[in-house]
Amino acid sequence: MSESFTKGMARNIYYGGSVFFFLIFLALTFHTTKEMPERDNRQNITESVERGKHLWEKNNCIGCHSLLGEGAYFAPELGNVFQRRGGEAGFKMFLNGWMKAQPLNIPGRRQMPNFHLNDQEIDDLAEFLKWTSEMDINGWPPNIEG
Amino acid sequence: MNTLKYQSQAVAKPYFVFALILFVGQILFGLIMGLQYVVGDFLGGAIPFNVARMVHTNLLIVWLLFGFMGSAYYLVPEEAETELYSPKLAIILFWVFAAAGVLTILGYLLVPYSTLADITFNELWPTMGREFLEQPTITKLGIVVVCLGFLFNLGMTILKGRKTAINMVLMTGLIGLAVFFLFSFYNPTNLALDKYFWWFVVHLWVEGVWELIMGAILAYVLIKITGVDREVIEKWLYVIIAMALISGILGTGHHFYWLATPEYWQWVGSIFSAIEPLPFFAMVLYAFNMVNRRRREHPNKAATLWALGTAVMAFLGAGVWGFLHTLAPVNYYTHGSQITAAHGHMAFYGAYAMIVMTIISFAMPKLRGIGEANCNRAQVREMWGFWLMTVAMVFITLFLTGAGVLQVWLQRLPESGEALSFMATQDKLAIFYWMREVAGVVFLLGLIAYISSFWVKEKATA
Repeated sequence: MSESFTKGMARNIYYGGSVFFFLIFLALTFHTTKEMPERDNRQNITESVERGKHLWEKNNCIGCHSLLGEGAYFAPELGNVFQRRGGEAGFKMFLNGWMKAQPLNIPGRRQMPNFHLNDQEIDDLAEFLKWTSEMDINGWPPNIEG
Repeated sequence: MNTLKYQSQAVAKPYFVFALILFVGQILFGLIMGLQYVVGDFLGGAIPFNVARMVHTNLLIVWLLFGFMGSAYYLVPEEAETELYSPKLAIILFWVFAAAGVLTILGYLLVPYSTLADITFNELWPTMGREFLEQPTITKLGIVVVCLGFLFNLGMTILKGRKTAINMVLMTGLIGLAVFFLFSFYNPTNLALDKYFWWFVVHLWVEGVWELIMGAILAYVLIKITGVDREVIEKWLYVIIAMALISGILGTGHHFYWLATPEYWQWVGSIFSAIEPLPFFAMVLYAFNMVNRRRREHPNKAATLWALGTAVMAFLGAGVWGFLHTLAPVNYYTHGSQITAAHGHMAFYGAYAMIVMTIISFAMPKLRGIGEANCNRAQVREMWGFWLMTVAMVFITLFLTGAGVLQVWLQRLPESGEALSFMATQDKLAIFYWMREVAGVVFLLGLIAYISSFWVKEKATA
């Protein structure tokens, strides 16, 4: 690097540039949080959805599954599992049956533990997954398989 | 033979030793998970996959934090040209952090996660159960206390001593680390908001402030092993971290593509993350340039190898593999696939695991009273460890990338109705997972070679 470009100038670019871009980031964050109510379906968050989210966290579901593409990639994406597994007509019945059938104990197959949730809890979890699937997330995932 | 310039630098040693112990644990759990990918019922529920994964990723975070703290305790006194403000505080915090870390990991392993949530009062203030932030709330509070004590100790040291670019950059990085961690306590019911601010910890750590820490440590080691003028190295340091932050802050946008956020993030995220590889590329140029311009032949060849290695691997893992799937139209298909896993593995190893091993390689001989460098035989063993681990990681990344490309091809590209299901796709990827597991075993062998180098002594000349 040429001698006319001094350490002081480099330092000022570091401090000035970071502060500048961080402020832009904060401004965009502010704008985003103002826009999100249009897309994140928050008007439909019921107490059941809230309990469902706590159950989701308490059992560390993210440790195997992904949700909106984040999490572990060991088990299927669940952000759109509501549509994939029956939707309004059949999802709750599917989830209840599925949770109670675990672990499947098929030799060599990845095993989902049985979390011993009662019917109310499974219903809460279903409500949480249903609510999640109804967010507007710019058309992801590409197809129903997640 | 005591070759420490400041006696209080010695507090770094337990941090480094404990970091490496946790690293071994991380790799063992990685191998368990790798096997569960292909033998799904391996360990038959004794260690379910989610537990193994939590241990694998949490150990990674904690060992790197121990490594960063050890690095700071080692280099700050020397840069500030004064003893550490309180070596005693550093040792107390070491035991607090180590005990909290071990208890948390035991908690993961010994009781069901929901029980752990109950006994740590997660109901009162739910923060658990989110990827990488699985620690019980009380552990998170402990981390904050340790961070505050650590920053206080370093801050007081720098205040009474010389303020070099290296310790200022390191401090801003560490303060940023502590500040952004506070977002781990914010867990709104609204999943979209939860995830949005979750990235304030996860992204702004690894693609933001951690890069400052990495840059500062690399600059410190380069000054020591090359003898190149500090002014030159510090100027580079500022340029590189400026690029890292300028691209990385708005680069957070690449996590907001599919998250109930406005579509402009797809543009912001794509543009700024396209710039993100540049600082890593600059780091490669800089490391090689400085080593070529060296004014002394440092006896610690292994440390030089680690320093060059971390620059190259960080560029490949964080830069190239990050860029591969960071543009929004590509990410639409690759988001949450094995491509992400491939990128994560090489980026963490190259940028952060290797920078910690760089400074351990440089500092350990002095901390152990051996002198400037280990004997030749020990260094050769250490370099075997370097190459085995690094080459194994290249292959892990390539195999996971292969798995990811095939996964996208089978599961994501076809229309609904024609695409294979997730589990059916996973069956087709088994060969890649097997090869990844073999590469993982080679990585473990490299790690064993590396650790064993600490016990290698020069042959007595008869």
